[in-house]
Amino acid sequence: MEPHSEKILVKGNEAIAMAAIDSGCLLYFGYPITPQNDIPEYLSKHLPPLGGEFIQAESEIASINLLLGASATGARAMTSSSSPGISLMQEGISYLAGSELPGLIVNISRSGPGLGGISPSQGDYFQATRGGGHGDYRTIVLAPSSIQEMYDLTCLAFDLADKYRNPAVILGDALIGQMKEPLVRRSGAKINLPPKEWALTGADGRKPNRLKSLYLEEGELSEQNWKLHQKYERMKKEEVRFESVCTEDAKLVLVAFGSMARVSKTSVELAREEGLKVGLFRPITLFPFPEKPLYDLSKRVTRFLTLELNTGQMLEDVKLSVARDAQVYFYGRPPGSLPSPEEVLEEIKKYYQ
Amino acid sequence: MSDDRFYYDFIVAGFGGQGVLIIGNLLAYAAMKEGKCVTYLPVYGVEMRGGTANCTVVISSRQIGSPVVGRPHAALVMNLPSLIKYGPLILPDGLLFVNSSLIEPKEACRKDIENFFIPVNEIAIDHGNPKLANMIALGAFNQKTKLVQMTSLFESLEKVLDERYHHLIPSNIEAIEIGAEFARKNISPPAR
Repeated sequence: MEPHSEKILVKGNEAIAMAAIDSGCLLYFGYPITPQNDIPEYLSKHLPPLGGEFIQAESEIASINLLLGASATGARAMTSSSSPGISLMQEGISYLAGSELPGLIVNISRSGPGLGGISPSQGDYFQATRGGGHGDYRTIVLAPSSIQEMYDLTCLAFDLADKYRNPAVILGDALIGQMKEPLVRRSGAKINLPPKEWALTGADGRKPNRLKSLYLEEGELSEQNWKLHQKYERMKKEEVRFESVCTEDAKLVLVAFGSMARVSKTSVELAREEGLKVGLFRPITLFPFPEKPLYDLSKRVTRFLTLELNTGQMLEDVKLSVARDAQVYFYGRPPGSLPSPEEVLEEIKKYYQ
Repeated sequence: MSDDRFYYDFIVAGFGGQGVLIIGNLLAYAAMKEGKCVTYLPVYGVEMRGGTANCTVVISSRQIGSPVVGRPHAALVMNLPSLIKYGPLILPDGLLFVNSSLIEPKEACRKDIENFFIPVNEIAIDHGNPKLANMIALGAFNQKTKLVQMTSLFESLEKVLDERYHHLIPSNIEAIEIGAEFARKNISPPAR
């Protein structure tokens, strides 16, 4: 991958597409929707010359089922869409989880509910972190906050999906998808992945493999649900990722993810310039949520301000994580306009003591 | 820009088709080439040509937090709605850079900022290609702000423009130089 080590200025969406190629994903299925169209645009141009397949399906429902089929053969495959399209995919994502198939689903979310709008929003937090479709399952959810992270976390998402045989979601938004920043196409730490012995590759010289999500024999579905649960518990132990900025001496800690964390970072700097001891805690994995690190932090810091581009979703996870006597405040910015760092600073001053 | 604590942000705004996004994109690319941290945040309406378009660019010697800027150091406005929207947000002592081909100078009435006027459409037409008005504006804006070396801008053209437009690079470079020349000649303090 090193021939790409030159620094380039690209959109977040393009960074995801580049990461897919660099991760060996040569199969893409999708249906166009703003604000993620740069992903299919890039891959439609670059996958065919590499011997890959780019398929613009007739719908999002077809896209996610093409992904399921491709994944069943052991190949790396992905789809991308934006909020309403991701809603249409939920049945297929549930089937992927039920069949224990890896796969990458990118949600460059827009605003809802319904057709909503194309402005940045974090209104899909619940959908992404609570499974989204029917049944008792979770997806791995990664929330990039920079263009380099759009690339790095996409590479990681493919590895984690394979490691756990579970769908992984990249949750971005119109801001982080459309913004350009310098990117280096670097290869990250390699995870040792087991061979995909479960894949449907033709049963020549071996027993046939079966991939399914239907379990009708007495007790077997219960057993399968507990097996999935064990997997999610293992993710909670091994895969939590977060960033902590200036929290060591903080009296108030902001909690924000993705694009909102970017704005908050500057607000922390502005607050520090005024002598206010403010820090930032940024979950990178939304599932598994960094419960323990946040709990540990709440033993030293008692005031938290959660900031989201919605009316309060991650807020619930923050409240569930912190120690009982911690105060959790909230600043919500539903879709329409983005808060400036100065506006966030005003919020900080309301709760700083 | 050798200051080790350099920070500057600006908004470029106009209507879709005026090429405002490429102005911001080129400045961001050139600054990156010169080793700076940059963010380029485009915002455009649902419609393309004729709709509103703007981008926010941050250039810094240090890692950039917010790509969203409430009060910019400068705004380059290519049409009147953009002036009305972004003119009031510019920081005191900041720079308002006005396309006076489409905006009456009397519309820029703030006294606490520097108002710079350049008729980019007329200049572009005079030089035989009205499509290069944005490159004239870019050249003049960079001459005024000295954000990046002109050569960095020229080198960025081939990175930012799609390959099918690479044959137009020489005429774009020429337009950037014409804009810079205009700004050099008008370097005396403008009317306040």
